[in-house]
Amino acid sequence: MTVHPGVEPGSTFRLSDIWTNERSRSLVIQIAALVVLLATLGWIINNTVQNLENLGVETGYGFLGHPASYDINQRLIDYTSRSTHARAALVGFLNTVLVAVTGIIFATLLGFMVGILRLSNNWLVSRLMTAYIEFTRNVPVLLHILLWYGIVVHVLPHPRQAIEPVSGLFLSNRGFYLPRPIFEDFAWVIPASLIVTLVGLFLFARHARRVQERTGRIYPVLSISLAAIVAAPVIAYFASGSPVSLDWPALKGFNYQGGIALKPEFFALWFALSIYTAAFIAEIVRSGIVAVSHGQTEAAFSLGIKPGWTMRLVIIPQALRVIVPPLISQYLNLTKNSSLAIAVGYMDLTATIGRISLNQTGRALECMSILLTIYLLISLTISAFMNWYNRRIRLVER
Amino acid sequence: MERATHIVHEKAPTLPPPVMSVGIARWLKENLFSSASNIVLTFVVIYLLWLIIPPFLDWAIFDAVWVAASRAECWDTADGACWAVVVTRFDQFVYGDYPKSERWRANLAFVLLFVALAPVLYDRIPWRRHLVGFSICYPVVAYILLIGGLGLPEVETARFGGFLLTIVIGITGISASLPLGILLALGRQSDLFIIRVLCVAFIEFIRGVPLITLLFVASTLLNYFMPPGTSFNLLVRVLIMVTLFSAAYLAEVIRGGLQAMPAGQYEAAKSLGLPYWKTMRLVILPQALKISIPGIVNSFIALYKDTTLVIIIGLLDPLGIGKATLSDTTWQGLSTEVYIFVAIFFFLCCFGMSRYSAWLERRLHTGH
Repeated sequence: MTVHPGVEPGSTFRLSDIWTNERSRSLVIQIAALVVLLATLGWIINNTVQNLENLGVETGYGFLGHPASYDINQRLIDYTSRSTHARAALVGFLNTVLVAVTGIIFATLLGFMVGILRLSNNWLVSRLMTAYIEFTRNVPVLLHILLWYGIVVHVLPHPRQAIEPVSGLFLSNRGFYLPRPIFEDFAWVIPASLIVTLVGLFLFARHARRVQERTGRIYPVLSISLAAIVAAPVIAYFASGSPVSLDWPALKGFNYQGGIALKPEFFALWFALSIYTAAFIAEIVRSGIVAVSHGQTEAAFSLGIKPGWTMRLVIIPQALRVIVPPLISQYLNLTKNSSLAIAVGYMDLTATIGRISLNQTGRALECMSILLTIYLLISLTISAFMNWYNRRIRLVER
Repeated sequence: MERATHIVHEKAPTLPPPVMSVGIARWLKENLFSSASNIVLTFVVIYLLWLIIPPFLDWAIFDAVWVAASRAECWDTADGACWAVVVTRFDQFVYGDYPKSERWRANLAFVLLFVALAPVLYDRIPWRRHLVGFSICYPVVAYILLIGGLGLPEVETARFGGFLLTIVIGITGISASLPLGILLALGRQSDLFIIRVLCVAFIEFIRGVPLITLLFVASTLLNYFMPPGTSFNLLVRVLIMVTLFSAAYLAEVIRGGLQAMPAGQYEAAKSLGLPYWKTMRLVILPQALKISIPGIVNSFIALYKDTTLVIIIGLLDPLGIGKATLSDTTWQGLSTEVYIFVAIFFFLCCFGMSRYSAWLERRLHTGH
């Protein structure tokens, strides 16, 4: 006998059947959810419109073209207080990108180092790394930022007594100063030589892999690449007649002039975010390496593969599959945490459009919508990349 | 039978094992001096520690000043840390601006918190069933104690501060976000298309933006969204945002646990005729939550640390008290001392939580 779900044969339709039938029930639930959502949205929009009317505020994004009339002390592009709010937001965005990218680089290097050292068979080293990880990640990142900011501002000396650990690098409570390279006419030769070298090496690596697959002959790709990457810019530098000179920071009055100035705000934010994220990355790296079963190493050894090659060809590719997804979400966390810049007065995206522009124009809705959209775009781009990567490296079983 | 003369019949005395293969010597050799590079590494690390630790201990303990009226007095006495700032302001760090005469209420609520947590955290406690009843009532008890009612005078939430505020936000956020996170995770795995889309959109939106921006939304936009004339307690707004934020992250952690369940579990429950909610409550969630414990506790730790962000919208948590203290001219410039003190508090809480989760994981490990 065939039984239709919920409807007994021969019986007439009853209202309760809507609820007992699985398909109609799911439809009812979904429609109810949609109605509740739309009603709530409508209510919120209605309230907002009324509130805005009562307050008599203008709406719209026109204010972005008006002068911002506030200063931003650390900036990558030209900006004065007469520039527009849109320009201020752009400066803030670039500052966010600056601290995120430099932070990600430092955090990755430090995190991989700590993660590998934590697996060291030297008891002292592994314990020291464990202590670093536990003390760092169990303390809020905002506290790290404020602590380092406080150390720079209150513990370091005035510019006049600045510490000079290496010639040309000055540490003071107004910031860190280092020589800035000045590029002259032919300086473009150096980056150009590097790009040419990289392209050449890429082709060479592809060729080497084909040769290895066909004949089994192995070229020393890694050492050749390293040598070429170092040699090319050096040769280009001298061949083009040393087109780069250094602008040294010098004490003038109460502060340093010239060179590159790292403001205490930037340093505190960058350093704190890096060491905080590095602790998490170290744990990810460690668990990734531990996750590759020991049988893989043994199998590689019994095939006669040398230890170094085992690491490069067998362990690391498999560990990376475990490491990369959480690593990228740590990068995302670092980028989002950079919004804490506001606590030390580093002018990032949140501090410019989300705070000062908002307070000056009173356009809360507009400013917040811009801010949220930009962060969402960054996040969604990175997670789209992550999904692509996950699909690419997914273990294909039988 | 004559005994063979070429065989030694006496048992040779037992020699002690080589010195390097037992006890401390063996441990040292294996762990610190196993190879040339290891020996070098050990000495480098010892040298670095010797460079850092003695001066730090001098600063933090031996040359430190514990009682003084101002920073100037501290720096006149010794060159070490000036813990006097923390000692003087200790009450503020703990209670914020909570009225002095009512502080016993906060203390009582804190002690009762442990009574309420005990049966949840440790299942072998005696009279657990009765205590769980108390745990369920605890939010009401804590509300009355902290805010007022039943004859207790009212304390405005704006006067909450310090560790009290951290614990209030942390505990409320944790206990409210777990059920919400479970619902979101189930919604994301649901067969109902619209429910799934809504849950995915919510989770991805919340996870895509920093908590600070959400707190800004709470402090600047929420008033626009409510009917004209409604005023909304700032602490409540913060609690809502922190809960939503944490729930989105929890949902992803729990979803991982749900996805790790073998399909056989769902099928078995279905073939027993269990409806959806019973399947989830009796079969899937107990197992899925168990395997996601480390992730769940990590989310709780993250939430607890994130409570510090409330200073940016003007609530006085320990960091806020610290900043206020440092802007006072008598204590200016002692940021290192203040922040290290607050860091110790957070370290103890968060490290404790992570140890507890490791212990729970071992206890619940029923595998082979």
